[in-house]
Amino acid sequence: MASDDTFPQDKQQMMENINRFMSDSIPHNHELGLSVVELGAADVTMRLPYSEKLVGNPETGVWHGGAVTTLIDSTCGIAVFVKLARLARIATLDLRIDYLHPATPGKDLLARAECYKLTRAVAFVRALAHHGDVDNPVASAQGTFIIVED
Amino acid sequence: MESTPPGTPTRIADILRQVRQTGDYRLLTEVIPYTRFLGIGVENTTGEVLCRMRYAPMLIGNSAIPALHGGTLGALLESAAIFELLLRTQEERVPKIISITVDFLRSGRPQDTLAKATITRLGRRVANLQVQAWQEDRGKPIASANALFLLS
Repeated sequence: MASDDTFPQDKQQMMENINRFMSDSIPHNHELGLSVVELGAADVTMRLPYSEKLVGNPETGVWHGGAVTTLIDSTCGIAVFVKLARLARIATLDLRIDYLHPATPGKDLLARAECYKLTRAVAFVRALAHHGDVDNPVASAQGTFIIVED
Repeated sequence: MESTPPGTPTRIADILRQVRQTGDYRLLTEVIPYTRFLGIGVENTTGEVLCRMRYAPMLIGNSAIPALHGGTLGALLESAAIFELLLRTQEERVPKIISITVDFLRSGRPQDTLAKATITRLGRRVANLQVQAWQEDRGKPIASANALFLLS
């Protein structure tokens, strides 16, 4: 993607751009049905619809942690784009996730990520995954991303 | 494999008993919807139990490079840790993850990825594992993780 792919000012338009970018260029996010549902100045909220194929424990129906990881990784990456106000080539360096309580079977999962520090090369992001109440999170995460200049 | 009808909970303990008798790891990996979805299997072709995530186009996270989605690599590392605990300990339930820290070392090419988990400490309540994932060259891992699980 071009690094001069600057976002439009209009928030709704920006969300549409990001969602189109995900369905065109991130096949795995498209496969999972991930979408941006809310945008702030340096934060973003994405939704992962519940699906039986995401179950990790067939005895309880609880989500596999890997699905939570994927939602959080994607949301953190988009938060970096939002902070940069453009699409850029980025790569996850590391990601730590604490699983605070099991994700509820049958309920969609949301993740809110905030890029709280941006240097020339590295972006620092924190995120919470939840079922609609961000004060009762399912998982808490912290990640770093490298910004690859073209 | 047919999916389990609703209301008939799958008993991991029964499946593990069958796996230990037959050595057929698919009985376990196929019964977990998410590992079946991602194409993650367990194999033992060299006297060592490894996890393999078969390449599929829907695992891609960046079409431009192309590269595997970091989330799918995280999922493979976590799955490898879970299977190691289920197959190497007396656990009879899917262990609950407490935390995982993933380092992404190289971009994942569009091909199969292998993973090996090692139990670094098995306590009464908590297990610590280290996991590595690689593609062609085991000496050049593409991702690694430290993971903690709560045991039942």
